[in-house]
Amino acid sequence: MKLLTHNMLTSHVKGVTKGYPLLIKATEVKVNQLDFNPQFVSRMIPKLEWGALVQAAEDLGYRQDLPGELIADYEQNEEFLKKVHRVLLEVEVMEGCLKCPESGREFPITKGIPNMLLNEDDA
Amino acid sequence: MATPCSSSRLRYLIHLAHDNVDFRLPEIKALLALRGKPFHPCENFNEQSPFWCLEGLSEEDVRSVMARSVCAKSAFELWGHGQTDGNLRSSLLNYPPQSMSPFMHKDSTYRINVYTFNKTLQFQDRIKKIDALDYLPFEGTVSLKTPQHIFCLLEDYGTDPNNIPEDPNYIYFGRWIADGQRELIRTHSVKNRHFIGNTSMDAGLSLIMTNHAKVKENDLIFDPFVGTGSLLVACSHFGAYVCGTDIDYNTIHGKGRSSRKNQKWRGPDENIRANLRQYGTEKMFVDVMVSDASKPVWRNAALFDAIITDPPYGIRESTRKTGSYKENTKLPDCTYVESHVPVSQAYHLSDIFTDLLNFSAHHLVLGGRLVYWLPIYRPEYCDEMVPVHPCLQIISNCEQMLSSQTSRRLITMEKVKEPEESDIIAHLSDPHFSAYQGHNAFREKYFSGLNKRCGKEDTKYFNKN
Ligand SMILES: C[S@@+](CC[C@H](N)C(=O)[O-])C[C@H]1O[C@@H](n2cnc3c(N)ncnc32)[C@H](O)[C@@H]1O
Repeated sequence: MKLLTHNMLTSHVKGVTKGYPLLIKATEVKVNQLDFNPQFVSRMIPKLEWGALVQAAEDLGYRQDLPGELIADYEQNEEFLKKVHRVLLEVEVMEGCLKCPESGREFPITKGIPNMLLNEDDA
Repeated sequence: MATPCSSSRLRYLIHLAHDNVDFRLPEIKALLALRGKPFHPCENFNEQSPFWCLEGLSEEDVRSVMARSVCAKSAFELWGHGQTDGNLRSSLLNYPPQSMSPFMHKDSTYRINVYTFNKTLQFQDRIKKIDALDYLPFEGTVSLKTPQHIFCLLEDYGTDPNNIPEDPNYIYFGRWIADGQRELIRTHSVKNRHFIGNTSMDAGLSLIMTNHAKVKENDLIFDPFVGTGSLLVACSHFGAYVCGTDIDYNTIHGKGRSSRKNQKWRGPDENIRANLRQYGTEKMFVDVMVSDASKPVWRNAALFDAIITDPPYGIRESTRKTGSYKENTKLPDCTYVESHVPVSQAYHLSDIFTDLLNFSAHHLVLGGRLVYWLPIYRPEYCDEMVPVHPCLQIISNCEQMLSSQTSRRLITMEKVKEPEESDIIAHLSDPHFSAYQGHNAFREKYFSGLNKRCGKEDTKYFNKN
């Protein structure tokens, strides 16, 4: 699971009102080299919950020096975009789980793939 | 104000493949829309014809359409046309010489092709047709192998193979501009794909869906019923980033029985990501997840540029969602089923489409498109049965026949406004939509209809999938 995906996910456990962001408990994290595409990163930034991205990167130890607040004019800032590229697309959680911050329900991540299926009681 | 034709008086001729006829116009329109260009046919336009003449375009527009189209074979700058050789001749002699000369001067090399639709010509007859064009001021040298310019004489002998006329119904002459992407149908064929399943979508149709959806470079695309990811393969080919979900753990993890004849189990790396790797687009892979489309996991925001999907309704896969019907918990093949797969219950067709439209209204960007297949029991079909949503405008609706009584329709919708509270259930009250509410009744008819095959074609379709 990439942090771009994590940024877009929320808990869907029944009755939960504050299910975002999901907490990441990782036992294995991998970094894949990937072509840097400044256009895509610039397009994604306005769609992101910036705080959640920085927090997730911090939790996994890949924050680099990303600021807590999104900077202005990031389109022109290649160095910044490269860092965002890294956390969005290169850092991958391979094993671990996602945890609903409110209900505590956990969703396993195996071989890099989250399993978001609910049991009958939380559906 | 410039009139549509003043900027460029040129006309372009598009030669289309004569299959998936219903899907061609929406494809070309969508690809033109990607360039911000309208579809402007010349007089006597006939959608069924393999030749379309368009105006109001630049050569660049035409090239970019051809760089994407799987319905179009080739495109030409049209120099002349007519019903007879005489008409063609006067039309060509009317074409401005200054528009011809850059491609005909004495230092140039060229070649002339003859293409006939619905008729095969002998070599000698082709040569005769080329010789008959000697009134054109060609000054360059002929080069069959590496010409700078290729010209083409195209003759249309109608569409009825049982009634081929002696002389063509219509003749065109033009300068070749570009070929379309028909080659991708072969290079991306599921026959040679690493990871496939029983319902893998055919390469040509996947690419057509991608084009109907106006997928472009750096888009983010989502398939909620991703299966083996055929639609993601097509989207990634055109430079979009892709993600998907499926309720089936084994499919997403590439485990379980193989869909190939001579292979029992899936190999270690048979998964969607490996499929993208096979075509050199792994860098476009975002993620796939095990997830139930009836319980979406995405935060409420306009995240996706397009949603492209083939929802479950077929005989080959179950329509299901997670729920609490215990009697369905029997898991057929214990060896490969994970212990945490929750029980499943029937996912009603009407709910699948309601959920899909609602989800799209919320999660598409404004102007983003939803493209999906709708199963049809033909004797009862009317256009009003196609699900509607106040935030989604219908763009096209194309039919693919499966048997004399059943078909599926490729529906394309565009998000035209952000949803408000009152929009959520508005379309449910539409009485026509109830066709899909009697889920099991519909399925019964649909599948009994499927058995009434109309000919060999259908058998082929089913074996292929
Ligand atoms: C027609 S297939 C899609 C095939 C896919 N286009 C491909 O090329 O392989 C439909 C898929 O929907 C999945 N499915 C069924 N119910 C689902 C649900 N509630 N949520 C998500 N996926 C579901 C099935 O497991 C199946 O893989």
